[in-house]
Amino acid sequence: MAVTEAAAPAPVKRRGDVVFFALARAAGITILVALAGVAIFLTLEGAPALTAPPAALEGKSGIVLYVWPLLYGTLLAALLAMLIATPLAIGVALVISHYSPRRLSKTLAYVIDLLAAVPSVVYGLWGIDFLGTRVIGFYAWLEDNLGFLPFFKGPATSGRTILTAGIVLAVMALPIITAVTREVFSQTPTLHQEAALALGATRWEMIRMTVFPYARSGMISATMLGLGRALGETMAVAMVLSATGVVTVNLISTTNPSTIAANIALQFGEASGLKVNVLIFSGLVLFVVTFAVNFAGRAIAARGVKGER
Amino acid sequence: MTTATPTRPDKTRRDEPLTHPILPRWAPALVGAVTLAASMILGLSLGWGAFAIGLVTVVLFTIVWPVWTRVVEGPRAATDTLVTALVWSSFGLAMIPLLTLAYAVVSKGSGVLSAEFFTFSMRNVIGEGGGIYHAIIGTLIITLWAALISIPVGILAAIYLVEYGGESRLARWVTLLVDVMTGIPSIVAGLFAYALFALIFGPGIRLGFGGSIALSILMIPIVVRSAEEMLKLVPDELREAAYALGIPKWRTVLRVVLPTALAGIVTGVMLALARVAGETAPLLIIAGDTDSVNFNAFSERMATLPVFIFYSYTQPGVPPEYGQDRAWGAALVLISIVMILNLVARWISSFFSPKTGR
Repeated sequence: MAVTEAAAPAPVKRRGDVVFFALARAAGITILVALAGVAIFLTLEGAPALTAPPAALEGKSGIVLYVWPLLYGTLLAALLAMLIATPLAIGVALVISHYSPRRLSKTLAYVIDLLAAVPSVVYGLWGIDFLGTRVIGFYAWLEDNLGFLPFFKGPATSGRTILTAGIVLAVMALPIITAVTREVFSQTPTLHQEAALALGATRWEMIRMTVFPYARSGMISATMLGLGRALGETMAVAMVLSATGVVTVNLISTTNPSTIAANIALQFGEASGLKVNVLIFSGLVLFVVTFAVNFAGRAIAARGVKGER
Repeated sequence: MTTATPTRPDKTRRDEPLTHPILPRWAPALVGAVTLAASMILGLSLGWGAFAIGLVTVVLFTIVWPVWTRVVEGPRAATDTLVTALVWSSFGLAMIPLLTLAYAVVSKGSGVLSAEFFTFSMRNVIGEGGGIYHAIIGTLIITLWAALISIPVGILAAIYLVEYGGESRLARWVTLLVDVMTGIPSIVAGLFAYALFALIFGPGIRLGFGGSIALSILMIPIVVRSAEEMLKLVPDELREAAYALGIPKWRTVLRVVLPTALAGIVTGVMLALARVAGETAPLLIIAGDTDSVNFNAFSERMATLPVFIFYSYTQPGVPPEYGQDRAWGAALVLISIVMILNLVARWISSFFSPKTGR
């Protein structure tokens, strides 16, 4: 055949494109590798703790018995923080999205964001030096008036209790919850809101009937994110809490459960040998717990978004 | 019959409601003034502090205003005012930590600031004197290395996600894991860096660069997330125009897309820097603490501002006042650095950002 074939021009492979694509892809893979690395290295260094003798476990006869009180303290402090922070954060988010004059709302949002920018060690200073010395009177009042409840049995002589730690954690989790919920609140379709108002609803009825149903999944996932922050927060708890590692529901006594993160921070400096592996193992437990909480939060958020479409 | 022309009501709609009376606009102000006065009389006679008086005022206000509304306007309006009062007082409550924290840091920290405080290390200092020079240097070096690692990786990963990834499986995994990475506790990042370097150099390792690795784990997801958002905002018309001119994709990304999104990306990077500059836990684990200046990130312990604050407050030495004063002073310096980074970041984003019409 003499006719030259009119083939479509082959796509040009420029060297620059290939290199740049490879670089960008490598960066993406680096992130996967880094996260896998976190899990792998923690497991490698934490594994020897499974067979650690009581000498490395502060006399506890097994790693489970060592980690359990710490995990309990972590969950208790985070639970207290969420009980305080969630209603407050939803209130603050409503102020920013619906109650404040529109011109003011950006400034208010920025002021709340400032709370998130304060380093955790400064929160620790504030918690131990400012808050801790001022709440003793309040705790004494709780002990006197609500002492029949197991939570407030006391003795309320110290400000460095798990309740103080919970308050500090609440302050730290609040801006995270607020940031997410206010975004979702302000995305509520205006037509829904105007329809409710046109039917004679008061502002609160409008919010209850249009904003909250729309934002439910967003609020849940925001709470999960705040919970993740409260679970993993280290320094504020390490500084505020005077911990003895007991398991108790008494929130205002002088003997408090410690948290995983605070325990690592306080003990790692002097630790050596198997003790290091034990601490790393407890860090692995913390990693798994926060991973699960965050994963659940993201999954709920993603499902909520899909449901809207 | 005389036809009376209907006189136009001179009162406005608000003054004369159709079904039931409405409280005047100044009602909340009146309630506020009365409750404030009441709690001040009560508080001053019983010798309360300003905080207790404020608290009682707010509580009284949230009771009295809805009750009055209920009497005049009915239960539905009362619920509405109750929620309004609750919502605003929750905002006020959230402001208390910020204000008291700023007050505590400035009032306790400003006294110790001096030229010596910024130019001396803590080497051979017992009691008064000494400074945070070594900690500032350590924070700068460790944060710089963290930035050198995270910024290229973060921005390239964002470029991959936006320009190349599409719906591929790798892109979906990276997106998901970046989300998860944002939630890694900072102390776990520190333990990871320690575990990594302990396997290479043996147990008990402390070095500044390890701190940078740990901070990168925390910083990369923030950079990726913000850069991704910004790259998505770049209109496709710009890319298509570049392709139509025959420009290769990589040059389009570098010369068209990135410059357009630059302000937003810089903002994200600075916010990420502000976040990691204040991180304590990972540096406590892997970088340790020292009293001397160390310029080498690859050997020996390295002091940083947050770790310095932690140790000089919890182990202040004898007498404790000097160590604790230095902790507050260092806290003031650290918080100023973080706030300046934040403010500059916001300024860049508001000044250079494309106006999106919102």
